[in-house]
Amino acid sequence: MSGEWPLWEIFIRGQHGMSHRHVGSLHAPDAEMAIKNARDVYTRRNEGISIWAVEAAQIAASSPDEKGPLYEPSESKIYRHPSFFDIPDDAGAM
Amino acid sequence: MSADLFEFLCRMGDNALVLGHRVSEWCGVAPVIEEDIALANTALDLIGQATLWLNYAAEVEGKGRSADDLAMGRDVWDFRNLLLVEQPNGDFGQTIMRQFLFDAWHVDCLGALAQSNDRRIAEIAGKAVKEATYHLERSSDTVIGLGDGTDESHRRMQAALDLLWPYAGEAFAPDAVDAALLEAGIAPDPARLQATTFATYDRVLGAATLIRPDTEFAHRGGKTGARHSEHLGHLLTTMQWLQRAYPGATW
Repeated sequence: MSGEWPLWEIFIRGQHGMSHRHVGSLHAPDAEMAIKNARDVYTRRNEGISIWAVEAAQIAASSPDEKGPLYEPSESKIYRHPSFFDIPDDAGAM
Repeated sequence: MSADLFEFLCRMGDNALVLGHRVSEWCGVAPVIEEDIALANTALDLIGQATLWLNYAAEVEGKGRSADDLAMGRDVWDFRNLLLVEQPNGDFGQTIMRQFLFDAWHVDCLGALAQSNDRRIAEIAGKAVKEATYHLERSSDTVIGLGDGTDESHRRMQAALDLLWPYAGEAFAPDAVDAALLEAGIAPDPARLQATTFATYDRVLGAATLIRPDTEFAHRGGKTGARHSEHLGHLLTTMQWLQRAYPGATW
């Protein structure tokens, strides 16, 4: 039966978090039940104050085959990292 | 009054305890893992509520018994739960229909009890009604999904409704205990809850394309303890086994 239900990716915003974070996936017949199932599966221990459910099939993902052209060019561009600046002590943690 | 109050608290506590145990029987064997976890959450909510009601019942009784003594040390005739909640799980549809029929009443009852003159009751109900509201949302959606689903799921949900409907009416039948608590402003008149709860029944069953049986007949005897169904004894045998074999065991 679970095979007939689409897969949903679940994102939860925690009490203290700034953004929703991916926590896992589950099966559900529709969006409403995906939210309810996420509530029961992923917020049992007070983990969240907001839930997003996205049907997994709707997510556009990059292909592992393209990792060469996609990611390697940035490996050699160290000047893009802001690591050449001295941070004043009184700026605190960045 | 304290005898009536004790009786009433046992009714609330035993409903939650017996249904909580019933629902927990699905743990590990539900049709899909998401439902398995959701049902276990519901069972835990209900057993938590039972603890609150029975703790208070034990205090009101004042005979040195604890909530655990009440839950694990009484036999069938001392239980005060509605006949509905002791009915067997049957198939998944039957479990969900039982849950829905109970949840709809439970939300209305707890909502009224949250306004009780008795501060402890108002506090327990105020906490429990949030859990019950979620239970009702979930069971309503599932009743609608399965009722208005495939031919097979529709057939099973209608069969579950036909089977369980005669157990739905007991919750709305007042007796002397209810009258005494109504008089004292502690609990609502059960009969007065019927209109609201039936409106929920009709809204959800309508959306589920299910036909509510056209009968007012209701089995009675659970909430008074006079006539439980044969199923409660079997449930207690499992639930109370450890405390019966090893009285007072703790871990």
